[in-house]
Parts: sequence; C-alpha cells; structure tokens
Amino acid sequence: MPRQLHLSAALDSPESPDSPGRFDAGHYAALARLAERATLDFVTLDDSFAAEPSRPDALAALARTAPLTGRVGLVPTVTTTHTEPFHTSISVNTLDWVSEGRAGWLVGVSTTEAEARAFGRRPVAPEDELWAEAADAVEVAARLWDSWEDDAEIRDTATGRFIDRDKLHYVDFEGPHFSVRGPSITPRPPQGRPVVVVPVTAADLAPDASPGGRARVATAIRHADVVLLDAPDRATRLSAATDLRLRAGESLRILARLDATLSALPDRAADERLLAELTATGTGVDGFHLATADPLRDLAALADRIAPALRAAGLLRDEYTGRTLRDHLGLARPTSRYAAAPLSSPAAPTAPALAEVTR
Amino acid sequence: MTDRPLKQIHLAAHFPGVNNTTVWSDPASGSHIEFASFRHLAQTAERGKFDFFFLAEGLRLRESKGRIHDLDVVGRPESITVLNALAAVTERLGLAATVNATFNEPYELARRFASLDHLSGGRAAWNVVTSSDAFTGENFRRGGYLDRADRYTRAAEFVQLAREFWDAGEDGVRHRGPQFDVEGRLSLPRPPQGHPVVIQAGDSDEGREFAAATADVVFSRHSTLADGQAFHADVKRRLAAYGRKPDELKIMPGVTFVLADTDAEAAERATAIRRAQVGPQTTIAFLEQVWGVDLSDHDPDGPLPAVDPDPDSALVQGRVRHGDPLAVARRWRAVAAEKNLTSHELVIELTGRQSFIGSPATVAAQIDHFVQNDAADGFILVPHLTPGGLDEFVDGVVPLLQERGVFRTDYTGRTLRDHLGLPLPGRR
Ligand SMILES: Cc1cc2nc3c(=O)[nH]c(=O)nc-3n(C[C@H](O)[C@H](O)[C@H](O)COP(=O)(O)O)c2cc1C
Repeated sequence: MPRQLHLSAALDSPESPDSPGRFDAGHYAALARLAERATLDFVTLDDSFAAEPSRPDALAALARTAPLTGRVGLVPTVTTTHTEPFHTSISVNTLDWVSEGRAGWLVGVSTTEAEARAFGRRPVAPEDELWAEAADAVEVAARLWDSWEDDAEIRDTATGRFIDRDKLHYVDFEGPHFSVRGPSITPRPPQGRPVVVVPVTAADLAPDASPGGRARVATAIRHADVVLLDAPDRATRLSAATDLRLRAGESLRILARLDATLSALPDRAADERLLAELTATGTGVDGFHLATADPLRDLAALADRIAPALRAAGLLRDEYTGRTLRDHLGLARPTSRYAAAPLSSPAAPTAPALAEVTR
Repeated sequence: MTDRPLKQIHLAAHFPGVNNTTVWSDPASGSHIEFASFRHLAQTAERGKFDFFFLAEGLRLRESKGRIHDLDVVGRPESITVLNALAAVTERLGLAATVNATFNEPYELARRFASLDHLSGGRAAWNVVTSSDAFTGENFRRGGYLDRADRYTRAAEFVQLAREFWDAGEDGVRHRGPQFDVEGRLSLPRPPQGHPVVIQAGDSDEGREFAAATADVVFSRHSTLADGQAFHADVKRRLAAYGRKPDELKIMPGVTFVLADTDAEAAERATAIRRAQVGPQTTIAFLEQVWGVDLSDHDPDGPLPAVDPDPDSALVQGRVRHGDPLAVARRWRAVAAEKNLTSHELVIELTGRQSFIGSPATVAAQIDHFVQNDAADGFILVPHLTPGGLDEFVDGVVPLLQERGVFRTDYTGRTLRDHLGLPLPGRR
C-alpha cells in the first residue's frame, strides 16, 4: 500500500473586480464543503492588512465556515507584525474550539509601508526582523495554549473551586518586541496546540538566500508543524524538502505548492497532468497545497474527478478517519509543556528544550 | 404615566459570565467553553426573538492575593471568533462583542467588526470598554501605557476613527489626532449596517458623556426601578448637547431573573440560587474585594471584619472597582447591624439578589412596568446557568410580553439596527 498524500487547497479567489460572493459567507462554506468532499486535510485562506485584494478577515471567514463543515481543517493567515500576540493566540485557540479541533494558523508578516501607516505604530522593518518577531509571536501563542493544563477545570464543590489554579501557568515571555505574562484567558484548545503552518520558498533555503528568507526558514524549523513549500521544479523541490526534513525532523509535514487549475468539463490532458504531479514518487514531500485559478470550479473538479482517481490508486483516504486536523496530518496531540511543572510560575523553559517540544 | 403609545421592549442575552452570578456547581451547568453551549444560548435567544446576544471580555484572569481567582468560572473564548461562528447557526439575532479600546488598534478592529457585519448580514455590535490598568497591560505590547484619565479620550477618537474607516470610499482615511496618526483603507466595502451598533458599559461621568456622544446602546448596572429611572433620565438628558433625540440611545440594564410556577416557589428558588452563588469561600473573596486586605482567617459565620478597608489596596486585580470602599463598608455594617446578619448572610443578602423573581406573569408585568416607566428601554438578561438558563424565560415570559403588545412576535427587519429601531447612519 503506498503512503497516502496530505492534500490541502487555497480558497483564495484570484483578483477579479466582480468575483462573486467574497463578502457572502456562503461562498466560503461552499468552497470548504467541496474540499471536504475531496477529503482534503485542510483549506487555507490568505490575509493581510493591505486594502487589496478586497476580502474579509480570514480567521473570521473560516470561523463562519466552521459550523457548516465537519472534518476539513481550517487554516487562515494571521499576521504577526501589527497584531497583539495575545489576541492572536486566543483567536486561533477559539477557532479550534468552534471547529472542534480543526484549526491551524498560516503565519504571515506585514512588509509594506501602507500596512504600517494603517496602524501608525511603527515604521516598516526589514523582513528578517519581521520573521524573528513572528517566531516570538508563535512561541508566545504556543506557551499560552499550553498555559492551561488539560485538566485545569475541576469544579470541586467541596472547596468551592472551579479550577485548580496550580494547573494554570504564567508564560513570562520576554523578547525585543513584546513581553507577555499570561496565563491565557482561554482554556487549552481541543488539539492542545492548533497546527502551525509556515510558508517557505526553495530560494529561502539556497546558499545565497536573503536574510528574510533565512529568518523564515528558522521560524519554520523551530515552530512549524507544516511547511508550504514553493519550488520552481521537481529537482529543487526535492533538495529543499530534504534539507528542511534534515533540519526540522521527521514530524514536519512538507506540502509543495502546486497549481491545480482545471476546467469545468473533464479535460483529459489537464486532469492527467495534475494526476501525474500528484502521483509522482520520490518528490521528497508529504503532499501538496493546491492553488487554483477559480476555486469553485477547480475544487469541484478536484472532488469529482481527481480525488476518485487518487483513491483508486490508494493515495487518498476514502473518508476521514480522524476528527481533528492533527488526526488528518498524523500529528500527535502534544501535552502541555507545563504539565509536569510543580509550581504555578515556573522558570520559562530554555530555548533548546522548547525546540524539542514544539517540533 | 401619560397616554403615549406603549414602548416596545428590547431584549438581549448575556452568556453567563465569570463572576459568582453564574452557578457552575448545579448538575444542569454545562461547558462554558464548548461551542455547543454558545449555540444553545444564541439559538434560544433567537427563538425568543431577542435583539442580540452578548459576550463580555476580560483580558487577564482575575487575581486576589497574588493568585488566580478560582472560585468562579474561569476561561472564555475570543468573542469575535465565536460570534462569526454563531452567525452560521442563527439568522436574525444581533451579535455583540465586548472589545477593549485600550489594547487594540483602530484599523484592525474596524476591519474585524466590518468582517463580522458582512459575514452576519448586518448583525454586528461592539461593546466599547476601556480598562487600561497595568495589570492587564502585562499581556500586551504597550503594557499599562494609558493613564486612567485618558481612557475615554482614546476610546472616543478610536470609535470616531473606526467610523471613518467604515465610511471611507476609494480614497481611504487620512487621520491625524492626539491618539492616532494613520492612513489607510479597509479591504471591505461599507458594512451592511453602515456602522456596526456601538454599545457602552462604563458608569462614570465621562463614561455617560461618551455614551451620549457616541453609543447606540448603554449596558448599565442600574437595575432597580428608582436607580434605573435616575440613570435613564441622566443619560437621555445628555443627548441634546450632541443633537441627538432620546430614541437614538437605548438603555439596557443587565438583570438576573428567577422563574417558577408561582411567586412563592420562585422566591424559594431564588434563595436557593443565592446560596449556591455565595458559598463561604466566595463570602471571604467578596469581603476582600472591598476591604483590600487578606481575610482568609475571617470567620464567614461571624460579624464583618472589625478593621476598616484599605482604599488604595492592590490586593484584588483585574476587576472593576465600584465606589469608595470605606463608604461601602459603612453601608454594609449598617445593614448587618440592623438585620443581625453574619458576614455570609450579609453577602448573600446584598450581592446575590436577583432583579426579577416570580411567576412568568409577575416577571413579565415587572419588566413591562420598568420599561413603560422609563427605568430602561429593555434589558440584557444574565442567566445563572449555562447553557439552558434562558429556556424558561423564552418559553414562559416572552409569550406574555408579546400578548401585552410590548415585544415583537417576529423579526420585522434583518439587521440589528432594524431590531433596535436605529437608522442607517449617514456617511460623513
Ligand atoms: C454593566 C457593565 C458591564 C461591563 N462589562 C465589561 C466587560 O465585559 N469587560 C471589561 O473590560 N469592562 C467591562 N465593564 C467596565 C467598563 O466597560 C468601563 O470601561 C470601565 O469600568 C471604565 O469606565 P468607567 O470609569 O466609566 O466605569 C463593564 C461595565 C458595566 C457598567
């Protein structure tokens, strides 16, 4: 039996002025249901603080979609440059609660002057600095997710206590851009920690990579559960994936970005081109992140034509066997890093120890 | 009363909160964090044709004596995310989130509320709160940067700027003010309601002025007839200075209720609920909140502490303090002496009392009486049980209010502004 692929898709509509339903919540639900029919691991929805393209807040749109879907993972972009790490942590946490364990977080940064001016709080910064800050924001978010042990709620009527406060922990993060005391105001989410997704390009891994690219790779290696890898050809993809896996370890899931533009009516050549990419062996990756020119058309084609072909080849699940996004990805539910700590305000774990836990 | 037409009542449902009003020890008390609980309460409110569903916020867990307060419900989800999800399982119900104006930035929050308004088809509301303490600030980039005196200066400019972002066309916004110097345009068209409904919940003079200038709804704590009338008159009187009519601001006190078949049974049940809300440990915690000193050795079944409160204490953190502690203690001592009460009995007597107690007919009549006599324009109901605490009210009281002709029998509009009778705001 071949190893099954991990497949995901972007729900973003490419820019077209009258693209339908971007502000109609039903649009996102319809797309996510198609992805669910194709039994994908997750869908992504991109976001930024730029005025274009026109779109709602991605985490909001996927929260709106959660009750209308049952299995597919929901992964919005949430940026870390102008946002509060505390708010980001509880928002992604809450997406996990409202979706019953299907949340992920596609980490992004804000690089433009226009976005900086919209907040008016700080000038634009170089990309390496922004990705270093993003790593800190993920670190804070993950500590906050862990800051409530799973069994903190006790409802002990004898002593009148709703929680065991020894199972809540200060996170005491201090970094160059922010410090956060904790604990979270939101209990630990169903997945323990929602799935962290970081985008990386093959150029980021090259010897002549930009400082920003290197910083993005460092963030991915330290914190990502899933990397979305952009590579121009198969050979580059293989070497980039191998490099990433060596540095991050076996539990990292690497999904290569792939254009999955199809047509409404069966087009044998296009379908076979995509199937050839998806079924190729020796790619070095665990699966693919599919981008489309027209998500409604292409996700329908994916569900109706591509998915059945992959199932026949034993490369795609017939139906979901797990409930959470971690289940789909074959990632274990992590225990809280504070679970063994005897005191309610332990010293923060050291960086290497932390890298072990967050892998 | 004059012979003016009957006022129509507005109703909202508050998800049970993190203070001792919420009884978690009851066998019927369910999860405070699972989505199913939020769905149940919101769908019950919509079945009852309520104006809106309301979520509170606290950005740091409460502490007393340097430790996390553990006697009441602890832990809440992020409000706007829950409301976006609830928009998928309700159709008409307004969706209100409490969000702090101190530890957020206008561009991002205007965008998040515009998104909620679009994704819910015009049902979003923002309860603007302003706590600016350094204790809460420890969870945020800027720490406790804002002077308490400036809390409403920032909030007022924040709301004004959010409205500019909601209104802006292609040209975007260029805003230079004492608090914010920004330039930009949202990635969304103007929200379906023009501006999401703005709610205000502060009680100080500045808070009331801010409400008169800015808000569509006031969430007040003045829930008795006389207090409500005084507050109602005070806030409505302030409207004229801003060119606004009394109708343009709805006053909705937060209230609790206890129902049973008869008034006598309801009174008995109310007493039992108060005992569940105020145990011996909660009694001590309440006293410490006012006294500001460690009272762990105090006997709850004895008299009030002999010492006076420390008015400058930082013993209790993350709670809104109400009034001068010395005056509060004086008042409590007088009541305890008059009725010969222990500390525990006194705290039950003073703090746990529900607003409306009786049969559905009695409660419907009281609610109607309060509204027709201008103690309120409606109420934000705070059930003591999650998630079923609103069921009896919707099944028992709502039909009686409808029979009286003071509450809608069905929604006539689609947006929260429609339900509240508020016009679409003009574009500036
Ligand atoms: C009925 C009521 C409910 C409130 N709910 C909240 C809340 O959920 N979160 C919060 O941070 N503050 C809450 N507050 C506090 C106020 O919002 C207010 O911003 C703060 O107390 C300072 O304003 P003030 O001095 O005018 O009272 C509430 C106040 C009232 C009266």
